Amino acid sequence: MFTEIFFLYCAVMITGTGILAITRRNPVHAVLMVLILFFHMAGLYLTLQAEFLAAVQIIVYAGAILVLYLFVLFLVNLREEMEVESLVDSAWIGRIISAGLAMILVSVIPAFVLGEKGSWPVERIRELTHTKALGQEMYTTFILPFEIAGLILLVAVIGGLVLAKKDNTTQTLEG
Amino acid sequence: MIPLSWYMALAAILFAIGVCGFLTRRNIIIMFLSIELMLNAVNLNLVALSHYLQSMNGQVFTFFIITVAASEAAIGLGIAISLFRSRHTVHVDEINELKG
Repeated sequence: MFTEIFFLYCAVMITGTGILAITRRNPVHAVLMVLILFFHMAGLYLTLQAEFLAAVQIIVYAGAILVLYLFVLFLVNLREEMEVESLVDSAWIGRIISAGLAMILVSVIPAFVLGEKGSWPVERIRELTHTKALGQEMYTTFILPFEIAGLILLVAVIGGLVLAKKDNTTQTLEG
Repeated sequence: MIPLSWYMALAAILFAIGVCGFLTRRNIIIMFLSIELMLNAVNLNLVALSHYLQSMNGQVFTFFIITVAASEAAIGLGIAISLFRSRHTVHVDEINELKG
């Protein structure tokens, strides 16, 4: 009973803050709404017995990615942002498309059938703790994707540095 | 015990919210934020299914999706900064030329 109420609370908060995030004119407000959304998403992960992922959700999403968004928002011009129309001219087409998509996705859910059960029942995960279970799976079965993920992060770090670097050569040529 | 369909319905709705934000907003940073919402919807679906299928694969995949989302944010926001430096705008409507 308690978990159902908790789920419904999280669901209402996620939908509400999600809608607010894409409708607020001020981008800083939108980012803060998404921050609340990520915290409730971590709460939902807790109801699914995925404690490590809940912690990663808060540390990486709320702690790192959203702070990056906030810093970039401070670097671009917000004052101009508040004056121009924030929605595209044909906003209703986008709204109709996404409402139709939501209806299609929700309407096909009853036809979904669960497949074969895997080898990680809740009791086994609880006995081993979730972090250890995830680590065991990641460092044995998924070791190659794990290495590739590390490489992707390295490429992202280098790419972010190169893209955001001030281009000094053209400035000295122009000036 | 919460039924699996509740999680899937919530993920579908969150995904649709992300699609709506991506299609209707003009600010490129809010558009990236909408992509994050969509990725989060997929994450929720994967974690819920992995719990109900008693498998760990979905959660490992979620971990990789978080990695990809982090790198996407870093590179996308880097592009947004360099775009703002050269055009002084982050609106996608005004960025309609390849070279100019």
